[in-house]
Amino acid sequence: LPSPASVRPVRRPGCCNSGSPVSLAAQDARSPSSQKRRTDDSTSTGDLQPMPTSPPADAQSPGAADALFSSPPQFRHSAIPLDFDISSPLTYGTPSSRVEGTPRSGARGTPVRQRPDLGSVRKARQVDLHSDGLAEDIVATEQSLGQKLVIWGTDVNVASCKEKFQRFLQRFIDPLDKEDEDIGLDLNEPRYMQRLQEINMVGEPFLNVNCDHLRSFDENLYRQLICYPQEVIPTFDMAANEIFFDRYPDSILEHQIQVRPYNALKTRNMRNLNPEDIDQLITISGMVIRSSQLIPEMQEAFFRCQVCAFTTRVEIDRGRIAEPSVCKNCNTTHSMALIHNRSMFSDKQMIKLQESPEDMPAGQTPHTVALFAHNDLVDKVQPGDRVNVTGIYRAVPIRVNPRVSSVKSVYRTHIDVIHYRKTDSKRLHGVDEETEQKRFTEERVELLKELSKKADIYERLALALAPSIYEHEDIKKGILLQLFGGSRKDFTHTGRGNFRAEINILLCGDPGTSKSQLLQYVYNLVPRGQYTSGKGSSAVGLTAYVMKDPETRQLVLQTGALVLSDNGICCIDEFDKMNESTRSVLHEVMEQQTLSIAKAGIICQLNARTSILAAANPIESQWNPKKTTIENIQLPHTLLSRFDLIFLMLDPRDEAYDRRLARHLVSLYYQSEEKMEEEYMDMAVLRDYIAYARSYVNPRLGEEAGQALIEAYVDMRKIGSGRGMVSAYPRQLESLIRLAEAHAKVRFSDKVETIDVEEAKRLHREALKQSATDPKTGIVDISILTTGMSATARKRKEELAQALRKLIQSKGKAPSLKYQQLLDDLRAQSDIAVTKEMFEEALRALADEDFLTVTGKTVRLL
Amino acid sequence: MPCVGDWLNSPLSIVQGIFAQNAPNSDWEKKVTEYFKEKLKENNATNWVPSLNDVPVHYLKPNSLVKFRCMVQDMFDPEFYMGVYETVDPNTNARVLHFGKYRDVAECGPQQEIDLNSPQTVTSERQTFYCVPVPGESAWVKEISFLTEPVQARVSPSTSYTPSRHKRSYEEDEDMDLHPSKQKEQHMGKSCLQILCFSGSGGDIHGCVEPKRLETEASAGHHVISPNCSPPLDLNFPLPGEKGPACLVKIYESWESFKVNDVLEVFGVLSVDPVLSIVNSEERDSSSLDPMECMDTMEEQRVHSPPASLVPRIHVILAQKLQHINPLLPACLNEEESKTCEFVSNFMSELSPVRAELLGFLTHALLGDSLAAEYLILHLISTVYGRRDVLPLGKFTVNLSGCPRSSTFTEHLYRLIQQLVPASYHLRMSIESMNHSRFIPHKDYTANRLVSGLLQLASNTSLVIDETQLEQGQLDTAGVHNVTALGNLITWQKVDYDFNYHRMEFPCNINVLITSEGRSLLPSDCQVHLQPQIIPPNMEEYMSSLLTAVLPSVLNKFRIYLSLLRLLDYSISDEVTKAVEEDFVEMRKNNPESVTADDLHKMLLVARFLSLSAGQTTLSRERWLRAKQLEALRKARLQQQQCVNGNEL
Repeated sequence: LPSPASVRPVRRPGCCNSGSPVSLAAQDARSPSSQKRRTDDSTSTGDLQPMPTSPPADAQSPGAADALFSSPPQFRHSAIPLDFDISSPLTYGTPSSRVEGTPRSGARGTPVRQRPDLGSVRKARQVDLHSDGLAEDIVATEQSLGQKLVIWGTDVNVASCKEKFQRFLQRFIDPLDKEDEDIGLDLNEPRYMQRLQEINMVGEPFLNVNCDHLRSFDENLYRQLICYPQEVIPTFDMAANEIFFDRYPDSILEHQIQVRPYNALKTRNMRNLNPEDIDQLITISGMVIRSSQLIPEMQEAFFRCQVCAFTTRVEIDRGRIAEPSVCKNCNTTHSMALIHNRSMFSDKQMIKLQESPEDMPAGQTPHTVALFAHNDLVDKVQPGDRVNVTGIYRAVPIRVNPRVSSVKSVYRTHIDVIHYRKTDSKRLHGVDEETEQKRFTEERVELLKELSKKADIYERLALALAPSIYEHEDIKKGILLQLFGGSRKDFTHTGRGNFRAEINILLCGDPGTSKSQLLQYVYNLVPRGQYTSGKGSSAVGLTAYVMKDPETRQLVLQTGALVLSDNGICCIDEFDKMNESTRSVLHEVMEQQTLSIAKAGIICQLNARTSILAAANPIESQWNPKKTTIENIQLPHTLLSRFDLIFLMLDPRDEAYDRRLARHLVSLYYQSEEKMEEEYMDMAVLRDYIAYARSYVNPRLGEEAGQALIEAYVDMRKIGSGRGMVSAYPRQLESLIRLAEAHAKVRFSDKVETIDVEEAKRLHREALKQSATDPKTGIVDISILTTGMSATARKRKEELAQALRKLIQSKGKAPSLKYQQLLDDLRAQSDIAVTKEMFEEALRALADEDFLTVTGKTVRLL
Repeated sequence: MPCVGDWLNSPLSIVQGIFAQNAPNSDWEKKVTEYFKEKLKENNATNWVPSLNDVPVHYLKPNSLVKFRCMVQDMFDPEFYMGVYETVDPNTNARVLHFGKYRDVAECGPQQEIDLNSPQTVTSERQTFYCVPVPGESAWVKEISFLTEPVQARVSPSTSYTPSRHKRSYEEDEDMDLHPSKQKEQHMGKSCLQILCFSGSGGDIHGCVEPKRLETEASAGHHVISPNCSPPLDLNFPLPGEKGPACLVKIYESWESFKVNDVLEVFGVLSVDPVLSIVNSEERDSSSLDPMECMDTMEEQRVHSPPASLVPRIHVILAQKLQHINPLLPACLNEEESKTCEFVSNFMSELSPVRAELLGFLTHALLGDSLAAEYLILHLISTVYGRRDVLPLGKFTVNLSGCPRSSTFTEHLYRLIQQLVPASYHLRMSIESMNHSRFIPHKDYTANRLVSGLLQLASNTSLVIDETQLEQGQLDTAGVHNVTALGNLITWQKVDYDFNYHRMEFPCNINVLITSEGRSLLPSDCQVHLQPQIIPPNMEEYMSSLLTAVLPSVLNKFRIYLSLLRLLDYSISDEVTKAVEEDFVEMRKNNPESVTADDLHKMLLVARFLSLSAGQTTLSRERWLRAKQLEALRKARLQQQQCVNGNEL
């Protein structure tokens, strides 16, 4: 019986009914069988027999096991005869140049491993950790029947470890913990058993295990996993496979199930990695900045004697292949030659991960770390992806020179990837609030909740916002609500699609009223802020453009500010200076929250769920209080109506205000920084508060609040109807709802209540009062924003036209009239001052009615 | 002084001694720093340490103690190294414990092997900074800092290096050494030349190194520039035309406290072990054979482990952040130290004559315009002293408009400023320079480094932007970005470094002076229109005579004046606050249009610097009035100018 061949059968269809799953699993644990062997995958002709069971511990560290157990080392790979696949059509070859390259490659510390993501078990530790007591090293004793055996150098007992893990798989239930991947899972059933069932159905032999679950289930097992992943994960593999093949003996899998733990809590931030983490299981988050091509890495070298054609296999050991110098068969020296086609390779990829911008302390450059992905994980991530990586942290000494024994005193570090969790990928499902999920410590959450209970939290937060900007409280409140945003609602099934939850704000006003400063502050405050200036940005800069990637020569879509600030705030300064075409792209973004692109054969719709905070200067550089908002900033009203709040930032002329302002400014100029800090809430607290509210608080409208909103809306309509015009549109109602929701979020309340509506109403009215006041009558008039003209102005226009018509009619039958003459007559007759523009407007109105035509300086009647 | 020689020439043996005494416990690390701190405290001991800024690398003994004044340009990833390791003699099985701190290569004897699996091994962490000399450092700073040193203190292990030079500047020095290979200079650049001369004259420096190795190293140097390889190593200086050694500084303690663009003075062990370069060439050879196998890209290797002769390593024993780089001032202006207190009070006593003289000097320089000179002083002592959320406080960008366009006035004005401030840069704005130079540092992911840009400057660097040379033309995308970056720098005192996938904001503190004909296209805090009283027929002559007329001692006083006042504290009393309040309200009452919050900001700034320039740390009523008066004068001028030009402004 060629027992060593037993390594592979597990992957073969139909081999699992051999009745010894235990041993199969055991084999897998230490052998590379769990990865695809290119050489033998397709040629599964082997009618394989059950192999002898072996003590599980054997699997862990054969080197150590040899010493511990009497079982012969029959599973050494070097002895596996793989002759049957010589004829395989699927052999893998590399250029012969590698013949020289390979043996030397070890010098650069890129070890080849049996199970690449876990590393060769046989490999002794490269770096000793203080944490391993010396005593433990010796503990490996041969006590009664392997029950008390531990793996050399650890405190892991394989049998009990396996048993515990099996128990975990079979029993772990956590109905409260909902993850977005859990679609279709019954949370009241053992979660991982359902996962195994899924594996059986889908055929993807990977079992992802959340370490957090493991920790809550068995603290000690979790600790062992973190500290000795290299030994424990194979044990988990074993356990999982045992259960799986017990349940689904007929299941056909590509290879054995691999357990992939993720979400190890040990390390979050790349910056915190330190020598203690070496060889431990860690999870870090970051951004992929570069990925290499696929590297075929030799796992096992195949040598053949040139003289007698005797063949032998040599496994990679610490990145080196010990080339046999003597043929065992004929004793010729240096006759062994490497046969590439029959050596075994695995896929490998080098990836550079950079720490995410949020984790970086100010004033320092980001750290990077190298990752090695193996087999399936190759090409799973692309540069630019945000990922959480779980893997084993490694440090390998760099040899200065293979010929000299001295070693560079520096280690080369990398992470062997076991699991990727893309933070971006979830976006596709639209549950992306979690992407931002900052991990709040419990104390922090406690602090935030404490804060939220304060009665004046709303005022407090508003005050903490941009403290250097004096007063403008309502504007700050508006911006605060914008930062929190409304609740996202989905009405797709009723055909209206998503309702916008983001609040858009426009600030307009005199130059030098610190609008830009506010924008800068907001941009600095939010994690996904973008800051552009209307002057400098083009439509493509805001949306997206297609360019040729210099490396791949493929067309790629480069996203602009609006897309980049998805789920954030896009601050646009000098909004008025933006040209027409650029502005027009905003229409879609500001209501539908998407961006459609049709360029260079790329047609797509991107999410742009961004709030817009814009600042505009009046057209005459100074705000003209005699004109309406539209006239002052010359923006199309279609765009203006998309802003929930429009604030005027004017320079108030008031002595008391001046006095307070002066005091405020003077204090700026000598107060020390610490003193400033004390007075206001810390920016970091504010940021956390907002982030927490955004991700965890999702208020819904209460019954009362609903009524209040209805009343508010009806009231708004009523004001207008009294004067025969409409002063509110459904858009305003939506704005009110959003504002009320945002205000509820500020309170960390899950329900929108009347006070929220009250505040929303107040703020909305305040903003209207500032921006939609008809300068001629002083009445708030929403139609200034929606139609670009106040109702009174429209009425006046009409009146004038009628007066003109009367005047002309009174003149009798004259077919044509002099322009100037008519104007003078009208002026003489009218009791208000008639400007030339008004006159022309009236003429145009009459022309529209087909009453007259204007040609040059004469007016003809029709 | 045999002891001096010891810790200067072979600091590692001292470390070895301390290590051997305290070996197993980790106390020895602390003791080492303490030892050197003590040593450097001794009278003027810091001056005994040769400086890498002054002495070329190849004259310095490897593994000796050196100092280096530099700016952190980039931070590399932290390294894990063998803090303590054990070697085994395979024959006798004798084990010896070594320390790996302050070293690049784990040493072991010819008969020994390093036991990588020894339980005694301690892995530690250190951080590598890529440091460059302070960008734009004025020549006088170098001259003065290295003249004050006692001559014999220079460690001169090489016979070819005579310590007799007194005022030879760094550049001259190089020219001298590089004679034989001068013709190659054009296409090789300075960096490669250093290798050549290292191999040429370096034989006697490295008694321990066989000449053969040096040859390989030299050839490695050639390798760098050979046509089939990438171009010579870019040392990544922020400003073009900079010289001086770049250095990989390895920090062992509290590296979190240092930031990019900080100016540091480090004392540490110089490591130019040629082995490091051999690693490099070896790897390069093999990697060209098999690029798949190598972990980092070639660019990355080149950048992260450049030849040690080009970019030496310093293993830092002591490092300190510098508040300023003016050698005329005590390095650390702590209140506690009596010496510095004395210095400050001495200087303060003669402050007003110095101010008067400086004002006179600048008035002449600004062609007799005393108001502009007054503002220039305020500008030169301005510094960002705090930030209120995003708003930087204390920046005072002056736009000097009305500069004569035809003459070389701006050029000369810059030269004068250069004589006064420790670090400066003259940015000549032209369509071409705006379109083609790189202002914003960006991350190069292939080489994994931060490629520097013009705006990566240390704190308190004077940036003089000359707009008079600007012609009509079109800015391309890069140009627009550059102008935006300048605008951001001026308004927010921050530069957004480009990390390709995202941008990172780096706060800075740069004094920007803009010279222009009309109003500058860049924002500024205050615009002063120059009113020349005299138009000298020969600008060149006029300006240089101005400079020669000033005694060196007086010039030094100017320098101290400008650097010192910047560091003073300032406060406003309650009474004056009240008065200012009243004043503001009063001004607004009369004419609300005339005075805005912005104007008040400006006036407070002027008042602040005006008080400081007179050595007063609180605002007095008189100063406030004077500030108002100055502002009024300035505004009147602008108004006048506006009338003359009509559409100007």
